Amino acid sequence: MLGRLTIDALPFYSWVAMGGAAVTVGGGVAVFLLITYLRAWKVLWTDWLTSVDHKKIGIMYVVLALVMLVRGFVDAIMMRAQQAISLNSEGYLPPEHFEQIFSSHGTIMIFFVAMPFLTGLINIIVPQQIGARDVAFPFLNSVSLWLTAAGAGLVLVSLVVGKFSQAGWTGYPPYSGIEYSPGVGVDYWLWALIISGIGSTLSGINFIVTIIKNRCPGMTYMRMPMFTWTTICISILIAFAFPALTVVAGQLTLDRTLGFHFFTNGDGGNMMMFANLLWIWGHPEVYILILPAFGIFSEVVATFSRKRLFGYTSLVYATACIALLSFTVWLHHFFTMGSSANVNAVFGIATMIIAVPTGVKIFDWVFTMYRGRIEFHPSMIFTIGFMVTFVIGGVTGVLLALPPADYLMHNSTFLVAHFHNMLIPGALFGYFAGLNYWFPKAFGFKLDAKWGVRSFWFWIIGFYLAFMPLYVLGFKGMSRRMEHYADPSWQPYLIVAALGAVFVLIGIACIAIQLYVSAKKWGSARDITGDPWNGRTLEWATSSPPAPYNFAVLPEVSDIDAFHEQKIRGEAYRPPQHYEDIVMPKNTWIGPVLGGLAFVLGFAFVWYIWWLVALSFVLSLVCVTIRACDDDTDFILPAAEVARIETARRAQITEADMHDMSDFVPRGAASGAPLPGTV
Amino acid sequence: MSAATIVEKEEKHALASREFGFWVYLMTDAILFALLFATYVVLSKNFASGPTSKDVFDLGHTAIETALLLVSSLTFGFAFIAQRAGQQARVVQWLIVTLVLGLGFLAMEYLEFAGMIAKGAAPDVSGFLSAFFTLVGTHGLHVSFGCLGIVVMIGQIQVKGLTQPVRSRVFRLGLFWHFLDIVWIGIFSVVYLPGVM
Repeated sequence: MLGRLTIDALPFYSWVAMGGAAVTVGGGVAVFLLITYLRAWKVLWTDWLTSVDHKKIGIMYVVLALVMLVRGFVDAIMMRAQQAISLNSEGYLPPEHFEQIFSSHGTIMIFFVAMPFLTGLINIIVPQQIGARDVAFPFLNSVSLWLTAAGAGLVLVSLVVGKFSQAGWTGYPPYSGIEYSPGVGVDYWLWALIISGIGSTLSGINFIVTIIKNRCPGMTYMRMPMFTWTTICISILIAFAFPALTVVAGQLTLDRTLGFHFFTNGDGGNMMMFANLLWIWGHPEVYILILPAFGIFSEVVATFSRKRLFGYTSLVYATACIALLSFTVWLHHFFTMGSSANVNAVFGIATMIIAVPTGVKIFDWVFTMYRGRIEFHPSMIFTIGFMVTFVIGGVTGVLLALPPADYLMHNSTFLVAHFHNMLIPGALFGYFAGLNYWFPKAFGFKLDAKWGVRSFWFWIIGFYLAFMPLYVLGFKGMSRRMEHYADPSWQPYLIVAALGAVFVLIGIACIAIQLYVSAKKWGSARDITGDPWNGRTLEWATSSPPAPYNFAVLPEVSDIDAFHEQKIRGEAYRPPQHYEDIVMPKNTWIGPVLGGLAFVLGFAFVWYIWWLVALSFVLSLVCVTIRACDDDTDFILPAAEVARIETARRAQITEADMHDMSDFVPRGAASGAPLPGTV
Repeated sequence: MSAATIVEKEEKHALASREFGFWVYLMTDAILFALLFATYVVLSKNFASGPTSKDVFDLGHTAIETALLLVSSLTFGFAFIAQRAGQQARVVQWLIVTLVLGLGFLAMEYLEFAGMIAKGAAPDVSGFLSAFFTLVGTHGLHVSFGCLGIVVMIGQIQVKGLTQPVRSRVFRLGLFWHFLDIVWIGIFSVVYLPGVM
């Protein structure tokens, strides 16, 4: 009846694990009670969970990412604490628990922090940047969100019922096979990946179509904002790469569940195929995480330098080059597999070539700042911190791209330091910059800058303290994922690294305080115009938070910095001649229900509860069929209602709220008038 | 613009987006199959102690399967031509023929799989058989979803008639069906033909 699910699944094997389970359950109960206390269930369901509005879906993605960031970080600080004390001792974590922690840390940070964070920001911003009213497929968007949430739910539940994978976030067989990992841990990992991976694939398809089909008049490809450009590049990467994840996870599931021989040691399996398939997804995934952050940095650096982005065209081409090259380097994750020297050389050189377009981008941002009027908004500080720190990670990456050097550094903490050096400044700082930059757009008031700056300093100092020692330890020969060790010369470095984790902890606390402080005094930091930073792109043309339809009248664009030009010409806030009816998508329960069914399906599969697998699968098909037969998915927002909303918004904006654009009006040679004496 | 024209314009745009989006989806599916093909090619000689491809493949059986699927693509094409001519009853008839052919294909595939497993050529015997069952089985699973789609679309045509959204759905289902045909041609040429040669 319940498959292999018994009372033994509860985490009574260690006090630390029980503590984790208690916190997870307690957190869930606390949220449940809070919502009940606020009598917010109905509002939550009708206004949020069933919503197909891209802005609300985006906000829910970011909330999911921030919650999971805390969980992933708890894993990180536990590992740092363990290694700081476990010289010639067991520390406080038994090996099988330590292994779960580094596996879940990687899985959570990649799939349930970085992916939802970037998807959330894309959801909130991209439709507005291209002057659209919504994404191409609002319902599919809701399904993507809830599949991602279902995957995150599986990882969280594994803390309470059963164990998580002990095979690392990459889960290499044969260790992750049924022979060496007979428990449910790897299955939790696999189903979390499969379910959230399908959600991501659907998101990718959605944004490819949105950007190609829904741009407003005049928005040619070479007028799209950089963030939109990076979004279309990563959407294409998602559509090409994520099927590989589905395939490889599906095959390992078949190996484990039905005794297939894809990756087994004997009977004709080939375990190196797993490494190939995983990294055919995995390397593009790195760029899926980083490119949107590059887009955010491009937006932020132009806005807060008060200049047009330097080298827009070269940035577009650099982004496209990186997207293309990202499919040509996957083998550098396993140079030590033993391919021939020539194969390794080809992949090594391809890897180094990626540094070229990335370098182009760094120079473009630096030249954008050059002679700009730089404003040190928190998002700009994150951008500058990124540029300095990311270059270090890039240089160590080029070092690792040399196969002979990689043979020495492979699987050492040098590698761990390298990829954290790419992903923390390269991805996470970008998302934090985006959070600070676009928060007023999503919520209608600004985030407190003081706490934003503090969070930056704790994060960056914490980053250097935590990861620079790991570079050194890598050179000293320390392998990654060590539960304890015997070399006393390593310990001082590991203590410094643990101190770094404490700084990051304070950085996270600063973000929490920033959100709290800002929410408390939101009335004094309201964004009346919808354009708090004197922005350049179309997302600032809508109100903050935007009306459900974003744009009452679709804008027409004639320049890269469309909104900036409108403001200079004095057209930005001019009321339109007339309003028209707007067709809007209706909310639907099918998205969250499908997510719930996917969660149940994954859970049932993990525990071999076959009747429940069948039931949830059939119910999912029923839901999809119901939706496929539904032709009544839209409603009409009457022109009168649109006019009412827009008039109310315009009435609030006074002349004093608007930015003074007189400084930006082209003068002299830049105005296009002939220079004196040349005619 | 009146409300009706706005709705009509939006619907046209939405359906065009869906059709384009479906092409993109098919591309992701094509990649999924490409990787299953790649896996199969890597493992196709890993017979371990199990039977070889020569022992288990029966080209005559496969030829009938192929014929059923190829003809079903043709009949779906007839359904689509009838739809363009607005002949609702004819569309349903051709879809039913397609469905029967599709179910026939699935029955043949079921017999093939069952026969192989009975002869001791189950997917857990060797890497070759694992890759074979996964590739061909995934295709079969897609055909099953296609059959389900045909049933749903027959129902929709009966209830709603050939409205614009219904036409668009039949068109997309057709893309899916023809796509599976192309994948099958790949399976025939990469799996079965080299397997017996």
